[in-house]
Amino acid sequence: MANNVCLGRECGKNTRFWMLLALGGLVMLGTLSAFFYLEHHGHIMTGMNNQIVWGLPHVFAVFLIVAASGVLNVASIGSVFGKKLYKARAPLSGLLALAMLAGGLAVLVLDLGRPDRLIVAMTHYNFKSIFAWNMIFYNGFFAIVGLYLITLMDHKLKPWSKPVGLLAFLWRLALTTATGSIFGFLVARAGYNSALYAPMFIIYSFAYGLAAFLVVQSVMYKWNNIAMDERILSRMKNLLAVFVAAGLYFTVVLHLTNMYFAKQWEFERFLLAGDNIYTTLFWLGQVFIGGIVPLLMLFSPNAAKNPAIVFLAALLVLVGGHAQMYVTIVGGQAFPLDLFPGYAQTSSFFDGEVHSYSPSIWELMLGLGGIATAFLITTVAVRVLKFLPQDDFKEIELETKEG
Amino acid sequence: MARLSSWLRLAALIGAAAVLAAPSFEAAAGADKPKLEHGKGDKCVEDTDFMRRNHMELLKHHRDETMHQGIRTTKYSLKQCVACHASEKTGSVAATKEDFCAACHSYAGVKLDCWDCHATKPMAKKPGQAEAQAEVKASPLMPNPQNGGAKQ
Amino acid sequence: MNEPKRPESNLENGDRRSFLAASAAVAGSAVAPGVLLYGIAQAKPAEEAVTDKVRWGMLVDTTKCATGCTDCVTACNTENGLSGKTGPQDSQWIRKVDIKNLQTGAQHTLPMMCQHCEHPPCVDVCPTGASFKRADGIVLVDRHICIGCRYCMMACPYKARSFVHEPLTEQNPEVPRGKGCVESCTFCVQRVDRDQSPACVEACDKAGHKAMVFGDLNNPESDVAKAVKAYATTEVRGDLRLNTGVRYQGI
Repeated sequence: MANNVCLGRECGKNTRFWMLLALGGLVMLGTLSAFFYLEHHGHIMTGMNNQIVWGLPHVFAVFLIVAASGVLNVASIGSVFGKKLYKARAPLSGLLALAMLAGGLAVLVLDLGRPDRLIVAMTHYNFKSIFAWNMIFYNGFFAIVGLYLITLMDHKLKPWSKPVGLLAFLWRLALTTATGSIFGFLVARAGYNSALYAPMFIIYSFAYGLAAFLVVQSVMYKWNNIAMDERILSRMKNLLAVFVAAGLYFTVVLHLTNMYFAKQWEFERFLLAGDNIYTTLFWLGQVFIGGIVPLLMLFSPNAAKNPAIVFLAALLVLVGGHAQMYVTIVGGQAFPLDLFPGYAQTSSFFDGEVHSYSPSIWELMLGLGGIATAFLITTVAVRVLKFLPQDDFKEIELETKEG
Repeated sequence: MARLSSWLRLAALIGAAAVLAAPSFEAAAGADKPKLEHGKGDKCVEDTDFMRRNHMELLKHHRDETMHQGIRTTKYSLKQCVACHASEKTGSVAATKEDFCAACHSYAGVKLDCWDCHATKPMAKKPGQAEAQAEVKASPLMPNPQNGGAKQ
Repeated sequence: MNEPKRPESNLENGDRRSFLAASAAVAGSAVAPGVLLYGIAQAKPAEEAVTDKVRWGMLVDTTKCATGCTDCVTACNTENGLSGKTGPQDSQWIRKVDIKNLQTGAQHTLPMMCQHCEHPPCVDVCPTGASFKRADGIVLVDRHICIGCRYCMMACPYKARSFVHEPLTEQNPEVPRGKGCVESCTFCVQRVDRDQSPACVEACDKAGHKAMVFGDLNNPESDVAKAVKAYATTEVRGDLRLNTGVRYQGI
């Protein structure tokens, strides 16, 4: 039984590894050239402006960060809640968490107006800002998950994996809460301004993280010619379905509550029934492709026997997640601020009108660079160390019977 | 064959090092020390050696005082530095490599961040503005109609 | 200043004495308000830090604000070195907003700029502390530590902030601004520290509209403090309870 993705050296010359590296490297090349171009000429070359200040790069970045904290969940269910099936998957989960977080943060930093001031950002903290707390959480996440991986992979340190795993779990909850609160704490905008954002992002992270894990795991199994055990697949797909349903629940509650407030009607009409891209992305992308279709697929009778269905469903959840981020981040900014309730407003600064945003190719290249970073880190790590989940089927049999 | 490849590797390494080090040969010879233009007036606010080593600290400290506390003394103010040190030719401190700030900084290879935001040329003297300043100072007792709504 | 009348040479002693007394009284009364004003109007010395004894504020009377007039905007652009262009990526520190009541049809126009709140959301959210409130109430961006993350722009309820999207040259030496940092109305802090009023206020006065009054809200004798005490004024988005330094009259 192969115990790594057979990209390892002992498998002999492997062109697949080098091809993957080249592919990732090519995308990174595009990203870095976009970054240097923007750094030199300024953000005037992007579609972002004084009305839409966070755009496509942030969609990718925040998605990666949220999914990164969620993918660690797989390991947490193993280490913290003791489920053997997930324990075997903990190292891969930890690796993906680190890789995806690195990718998301890379995009955020590259998009800063003054990325040369990263050291300033690391040394000046305004602790009233949730963004500052995020920086502490992100850095701590790297350290703690790195430590966690060491405890998982070093035999002598194995007993430490439970306490460190617990710390990682709690830390990641704080991190995702803070990420959701970036939006929830904004009193100014109709689309944000809600305490619901923190728990909603936690649930989204569960769904996106598990979906990302399933996608990567499926690919690894396929390339290793390992068949996915039906019992494992069944449990993981059901868990994904639960998370996706919970995500839909939070979305419903958020919008239902908003529709109760007369002052929010304009915004809800804009988002849910507007003649714009955000309505399309919300219903088609977030709800349908990211929610309903995956649920139908995951609960279909053959899903446990057919890994392809689960893989596709997970992929759709990831796509729907990007749509959700676009609606949240860009849609929330596109709706104009209501400075004078009850009045129609016009000005030279686009007051009173829906703000337009057409992303440039540079922003897309920046955003894809986040995925490429995560991809490259994962590919290299998986070649060098043993990350393929090793299942003890007898134990899983017992555990599944216990329920 | 193995020995030849290791020799080749060594030769390539030395060659690369030489290519990379080449530009510094000239500088090491001491040929290119920047010649700075003398500022206006007979001397700077502090002596040259002190300024060479500490001007960054002075500016960094003063900028926080001005920014956060509104202290606008002129001794260590960047605006005042520019006013004295602007080149006669270009009127600026960083427009060309011969100008005051750019000369040393390009020699030392230390990137200048200040001029992304700060003006490299001293304030152009507008006649109206000079008068307004003088008026405020000369007759603090008289409410100035030009400053309509100024602090009273 | 009054010039004392030259006494005629053949005046009697008594007349001279009473004349001197009268002159002294006149001169005293001419000087006294100046002495009083001097005590209050004394320019802050350059080496003194600002304190919270002063709170800068502004009152905008929208009934006096003329539709189509953009003198305040032009003056701001000139003073602070802004381009004056109004594309989606251009900086606007002050703008005229025209509003029309959807129910009644009533129309107003007013200038909107950074409101210099007492509890600024932009200051709360800035990760590095670059967005800060000075002791005297003016909200500023310390461009030395701004990393250009634009979070403050998301947070501002008044959309007061702009991001500099391209490299700048020929800045006003008194108003440093550059690519990659966020900026907004500073109440012309370079002028305020010199005892002048913001350029927009001065321009509105010069144009004769006198719709904007600027001064120290903490000083009961200042024009602005007297005006906000006498008239009904509101904060824009007052429900957010930010206690803005800029108040409006007539809306």
